[in-house]
Amino acid sequence: MSFPWAKEYTPTTDFGQWMDKQLPLPRFVYNSVGAGYPAPRNLNYMWNFGSMAGLFLVIQIVTGIILAMHYAANAEIAFDSVEHIMRDVNSGWMIRYAHANGASFFFIAIYLHIGRGLFYGSYKAPREMLWLLGVVIYLLAMATAFMGYVLPWGQMSFWGAKVITGLFEAIPLVGKPIQELLLGGFAPDNAALNRFFSLHYLLPFVIVGVVIMHIWALHIPGSNNPTGVDVKGPQDTVPFHPYYTAKDGWTIGLALIFFTALMFFLPNALGHADNYIPANPLSTPAHIVPEWYFWPWYAVLRAFTFDFLFIPAKLLGVLAMFSAILVWFFLPWLDKSPVRSGNFRPKFKIFFGILVIDVLILGYCGGAPAEEPFVMISQVAAAYYFAHFLIILPLLSRMEKPEPLPNSITESVTGKPLNTAS
Amino acid sequence: MATVEIADTAVAEEGGVRRRDFINIAAVSFAGAGAVATVFPLVNQMNPSADVLALSSIEVDISAIETGQSIKTSWRKQPIFIRNLTEAEISQANAVDVDGLRDPQTLAERTTAGKENWLITLGVCTHLGCVPLGAAQGEIKGEFGGYFCPCHGSHYDTAARIRKGPAPTNLVVPEHEFLSDTVVKIG
Repeated sequence: MSFPWAKEYTPTTDFGQWMDKQLPLPRFVYNSVGAGYPAPRNLNYMWNFGSMAGLFLVIQIVTGIILAMHYAANAEIAFDSVEHIMRDVNSGWMIRYAHANGASFFFIAIYLHIGRGLFYGSYKAPREMLWLLGVVIYLLAMATAFMGYVLPWGQMSFWGAKVITGLFEAIPLVGKPIQELLLGGFAPDNAALNRFFSLHYLLPFVIVGVVIMHIWALHIPGSNNPTGVDVKGPQDTVPFHPYYTAKDGWTIGLALIFFTALMFFLPNALGHADNYIPANPLSTPAHIVPEWYFWPWYAVLRAFTFDFLFIPAKLLGVLAMFSAILVWFFLPWLDKSPVRSGNFRPKFKIFFGILVIDVLILGYCGGAPAEEPFVMISQVAAAYYFAHFLIILPLLSRMEKPEPLPNSITESVTGKPLNTAS
Repeated sequence: MATVEIADTAVAEEGGVRRRDFINIAAVSFAGAGAVATVFPLVNQMNPSADVLALSSIEVDISAIETGQSIKTSWRKQPIFIRNLTEAEISQANAVDVDGLRDPQTLAERTTAGKENWLITLGVCTHLGCVPLGAAQGEIKGEFGGYFCPCHGSHYDTAARIRKGPAPTNLVVPEHEFLSDTVVKIG
């Protein structure tokens, strides 16, 4: 794995050599995120969000394990136990706010990371598996975040659980039994809360496992880069440490400033006031919205207000919502253009920009009430979203004439042909 | 082997110390201080929370405890023995040669002045934490007429001092205060 010119790990101490013989864990770390991993020298700031997502995953796991020490997954006392964390536990308020806002920052990082992959063609050969594993991480993260939001057992928790499990009811014939199986009842109650807590604790570790495979799959071809041109020799790379550890460390520092600012000064800005009302199965909040990171997909779900052929609108919405993400699994084979980087694809660049705006519009509509004009806008935006992946990308890869690629990464950086660059 | 050019200014030395060394040390110390500041609340959350501390003192009405009787109550989720000693028990406790005890203490040191008949102790054996017998009616009081721990056979006398068996110290006397003749505040 990695390039032949990668620096060899050479332990200098006796203990280091003893360790290297018996369990070469330091060697593994050195080759993964140390000086033993040569990374393209031209990575821009868009390459910083993978490690940032990793950091926020760790923050979520650490704060989450702590919260689980004080939280009680029982419908009778769950809400009170969260208030107990907020009021009685030493620094409990801080740890809970870190966990609640950490989820948002995890998704900010992961969305920028996905956007980077979409623009620079990081999903193309030889990195399809890397991309597929990334989509799996994203799906797991969404499931984890959803179940975590149920745990405080406030009004949004309860009705969120009801609405999301209600999606499964749309499945023909077996929908209702599946929903009852998931909930362990007919509406969210103690059984559902307990299993959501169990899974909310489990899934992050599953995510860690997939992240390890994701990094493993990354290190076989090595990182993509802004030109999309393959690494051709040692002159095209720099060691991951100290170059990218320092660069990642700098943006992580910046992200932590924004994170702590939000957590200490606007801790509920991204939450919903209704979730400070204990769950009440007899009263639905006037305006149910999921957390902001689900808004685009929620808009796709609500865009289907009409039956199509024999498919009822409800099922159609559910299918569309899941398809909106599942289509990513086929992306490497939908976009056939051999050019990876959007920088050298003049038309793709425009359509990519439109897609970003389209998803932002979907996100806005997903957070807005389900009324006109948002429903109509969602319908148009959802249609465009699918058109982008299923029609525009396949056609574009046939019709577009890409700009000439640089001969190498070094040439694109120095402006000099390869043989004269030092 | 060609590598990226390293800027010459970065390695310019000033008395053997590079400017980058300073940046490195400054950055790592700053991050280290931040890490310590972060870890403190993450560990401190395991300390007793405000609601637990709020229950850390209780008031007990002792008016119904006759001479020679004792009661068990609960304080900080641990048993408390409150014993109204008889004259005989008091003189028995005072007759002991304090210097010969494993944990030398007089009865007066373990009770409140003027209320030497009220012996208030934790009902937690100082050996490994079992609840000794002797507080409830009919329970074995041990060889010294005080308390007896059935787990590993520690005998306490009428001042709840360890006399025989593995326990290292006397039964703990919690901080307490008589609010009136009939009400005692523990904790």
